[in-house]
Amino acid sequence: MSDTIFALSSGAAPAGIGVVRISGPRALRAAEALSGRLPEARKAALRTLRSGEGDVLDRALVLRFDGPQTATGEDLVELHLHGGRAVVAAVEAELGAMDGLRRAEPGEFTRRALLNGRIDLTEAEGLADLLEAETETARRAAIETSGGSVRRLTEGWTSELVGLSAQVEAELDHGDEEDVATGKGDEVAAQCVLLADTIAAALNVPEVERIRDGVQVVLAGPPNAGKSTLLNRMVEREVAIVSPIAGTTRDRIEAAVQREGIAFVFSDTAGIADATDDPIETIGIERAREAVASADIVIWMDDADVPQEIFEKGLAVVARCDVADRPEMPERLRVSGVTGEGVAELWQALGERAKTLTPRLDGPLLNRRQRALLRKAEGTLRSASSAVDPLLLAEELRVARQALDRITGRADIEAVLDGVFSRFCIGK
Amino acid sequence: MTHEHFDVIVIGGGHAGSEAAAAAARRGARTALLTFDRTKIGAMSCNPAIGGLGKGHLVREVDAFDGIIARAADAAAVHYRMLNRSKGSAVWGPRVQADRTLYAAAVQAALGKDPSLTVVEGEAHSLRLDREGSRVRGVNLSDGSFIPGVAVILATGTFLGGRIFRGEEREQGGRVGEQAASRLAEQLRSAALPMARLKTGTPPRLDGRTIDWAALDEQVSDTDPWTMSPRSPERANPQLFCAITRTNSRVHDIIRDALHRSPLFGGDIAGQGPRYCPSIEDKIHRFGDRDGHQVFLEPEGLDTPLVYPNGISTSLPSDVQDAMIREMAGLAACRIVTPGYAVEYDHVDPRALDSTLALRAIEGVYCAGQINGTTGYEEAAAQGLVAGLNAAAFALGLEPYIADRSNSYIGVMVDDLVTHGITEPYRMLTARAEYRLRLRANNSWTRLGPVARHLGCLGSDAEQWLRAREDRRGEVEEQLDTGFGASALRARGAEVPLDLGQQAARDWLRFPAVHPPILGLAMEDEIVAEAIEDARYAPYVARQDAEVAELRANDSVLLPADLDYASIPGLSSEMIDRLSASRPTSLGQAARVRGITPAALSAILLHSKRAVA
Repeated sequence: MSDTIFALSSGAAPAGIGVVRISGPRALRAAEALSGRLPEARKAALRTLRSGEGDVLDRALVLRFDGPQTATGEDLVELHLHGGRAVVAAVEAELGAMDGLRRAEPGEFTRRALLNGRIDLTEAEGLADLLEAETETARRAAIETSGGSVRRLTEGWTSELVGLSAQVEAELDHGDEEDVATGKGDEVAAQCVLLADTIAAALNVPEVERIRDGVQVVLAGPPNAGKSTLLNRMVEREVAIVSPIAGTTRDRIEAAVQREGIAFVFSDTAGIADATDDPIETIGIERAREAVASADIVIWMDDADVPQEIFEKGLAVVARCDVADRPEMPERLRVSGVTGEGVAELWQALGERAKTLTPRLDGPLLNRRQRALLRKAEGTLRSASSAVDPLLLAEELRVARQALDRITGRADIEAVLDGVFSRFCIGK
Repeated sequence: MTHEHFDVIVIGGGHAGSEAAAAAARRGARTALLTFDRTKIGAMSCNPAIGGLGKGHLVREVDAFDGIIARAADAAAVHYRMLNRSKGSAVWGPRVQADRTLYAAAVQAALGKDPSLTVVEGEAHSLRLDREGSRVRGVNLSDGSFIPGVAVILATGTFLGGRIFRGEEREQGGRVGEQAASRLAEQLRSAALPMARLKTGTPPRLDGRTIDWAALDEQVSDTDPWTMSPRSPERANPQLFCAITRTNSRVHDIIRDALHRSPLFGGDIAGQGPRYCPSIEDKIHRFGDRDGHQVFLEPEGLDTPLVYPNGISTSLPSDVQDAMIREMAGLAACRIVTPGYAVEYDHVDPRALDSTLALRAIEGVYCAGQINGTTGYEEAAAQGLVAGLNAAAFALGLEPYIADRSNSYIGVMVDDLVTHGITEPYRMLTARAEYRLRLRANNSWTRLGPVARHLGCLGSDAEQWLRAREDRRGEVEEQLDTGFGASALRARGAEVPLDLGQQAARDWLRFPAVHPPILGLAMEDEIVAEAIEDARYAPYVARQDAEVAELRANDSVLLPADLDYASIPGLSSEMIDRLSASRPTSLGQAARVRGITPAALSAILLHSKRAVA
């Protein structure tokens, strides 16, 4: 009998809600020990969770799913806790102390789902995202993948590739047959380019990870530009220490916040001073530069122009507009972390930018692994288009097919041969 | 009566059987080849050609194990043609037309040379098994005698339930007597072996003296002196030419009007025929828009007027065959000597075999050739080689030969057969070999010579020849390592960029402007040519290395033989059927089973690991 495993499966605490999943033969019993009588299968109920000593741990939503018709194929219970770190830790400690239960290894829920044949690889990837989903948008993105849109898309390309391979293979294996026109290399090459362009277009949408990981927003500007004050105002909590002393923020500070279903991660950075003698501040400035480089949006709080290298992602504001003698810059938003002036407008501007940075949920959402494979297929198709030797053209097409196979599962050479024999009259 | 005891008994003297017997004997097994008639050993029962695309690779590979097919083909060849010469050398297909009589004589002579091989004339009646029926003890003959043996190779061709169709005519086919065939077939069936039916066909044979050759285009033999086996010293026979005619709309009308008389269309033939070798009625039915199909007229030998019209295999009635032939250019007065026909026969589902071509159900029994659902002399010979090497290994306790699909077409074929089974007669195609760039017909000795030496199946001549070849290759490698400066090459007339400076000869070869003679390399030297090709494809081969490594890694994850696929949660019933039928021995093989998804593979891996833990 396998172990019963549990884990926080809703992203790191602190968060709005912490979902602890328990899966395995002892899942129901373990949950019952915490919550008393369990609700009916697939019905949520509010329960008070208590420790073995009878202390109240939390009031939580409890969901019960009976195997094998569950995400993991095993009995499964979900405890939707209030997301505080202490609450989650207490519940986990309680579960860990039970006989036959242990904390899940990374990805173990998904592996069990695979092991029990509940999902295939592309679905597993969708599910892995779902398990990490922190927002409603991310959940929808993950489900769209689970629904198979990536599979359908990839299978379409595979069948085009198989058609191209069939043409080349016919020439290689049956070039002596009069029905097989030889020297079709140029035509195939042109089709390779078309297919590569189609794949490239599909890749030219933002990564699905951006939904899950959040849009990275960096506040950048000279020391004492009011970055930390604005950050605290934006995330509506005290995450950065604010003081009138320039260089108070020495390291990068991150804070996650959700707005209309989109996750944002704000980073406050050390002010980028031209020179400093303080080695710690120097490191902080270096980190700030890195943060700016990897940001999706930079809120530019410097009165100087947005530097060329971050022009695209720069969102320039007139910072500290509550202070007297700030310059008039009509094309910039005026914001103040102190008074809250312009913050609503800033949110609106961020929301509009974020929409172009996250993929549309009505299309297939590609994760990094899938994108890497598609990029390989695209690249191989481009080298295929310039191959002079049909043998090498066929080899490039094979490698491209294989990259797509790794997304959807094996399409074997039989598919290519079917293409050859249905298209050409072959045989002496 | 009991005959003397043998290590290996081969039933059947066709291309699989003769190669199997020879291979077993080369490994030192005392081997019997059981056949009806010793004069029929090595008979070519269909087209008079050996080699071709993919098939030529198999011939050269069998040759690298010191097999007999390539040298016998050279001894009998009356026409040489290197197919696909305009393309990359990895898909060149050496092919010869062979004189039937000379070919059979060459095979018989080769078998006669090995003192550990005995030809026994007789008719196989049944296998003798141990009490449990799980291990073979020898072969019972129809005359009541018995040959005791440790391993038996079934290389019986189409004898199992063979049935011939021609128009309205029906005949029981197969050269083996009815009773013997049905007894052995019955025995195989009762061993719970999965069997299925296939169909193949053959064209009419023409009297060449009634063909108007002058009216037709000729196809002459290649003039450059290559041979099927690099060990054959030269071409042995005068070279004949082939001719080309074609079907036309009148021929198509005759066939269309008679389709209802074809057993293929009347529903009488249930077996699946080969898609790459359709009958002429099939071609006209499926590709009705084509206005004509090529027909190659191939001479059957030096001393016979028989001509094989390649491209018009048919099972139409004889009168229709006569009528359609006469409408083709050059054949107006042509006489048919033997009309064409279709054959339907039983075969064993090759998924019942393991990678050594041994039946899993009965220990010591091996199958090779058409019985495994393949077609072609070359495919048969290659399987005969594998079965022969492994039957000898079984009998003598030697290392088995598991052919590697990344190193040979033999490996591709065996792996395809035992993994996927077949839905039509299996023929070798270069498209089946995913590592085709490294598997050239002309580097078979480099790839497989060392394997053959390791298995101990090279005769002393072959061993000497291989060693000389390796020495020569070593010299050539040294030449390729020699550095040349860009300016020196420019001085010799090669337009190369000067900033490249000093490079090894092998690197310069990738520049189109650098012809091998500029580097002091003699193109006509076979070993030099091979090294040049290696250098040319090196970047692609290197790119495949990771893939090959992954293949070997997956192939080294062994799956338990008794894995109960039905108990693995999540596999579809189709997957369970396929996996249970092919019983993959490794994760790599399971991955190659059709329709297996990555999720299914993970489930199999995890389940088998858990079963072990």
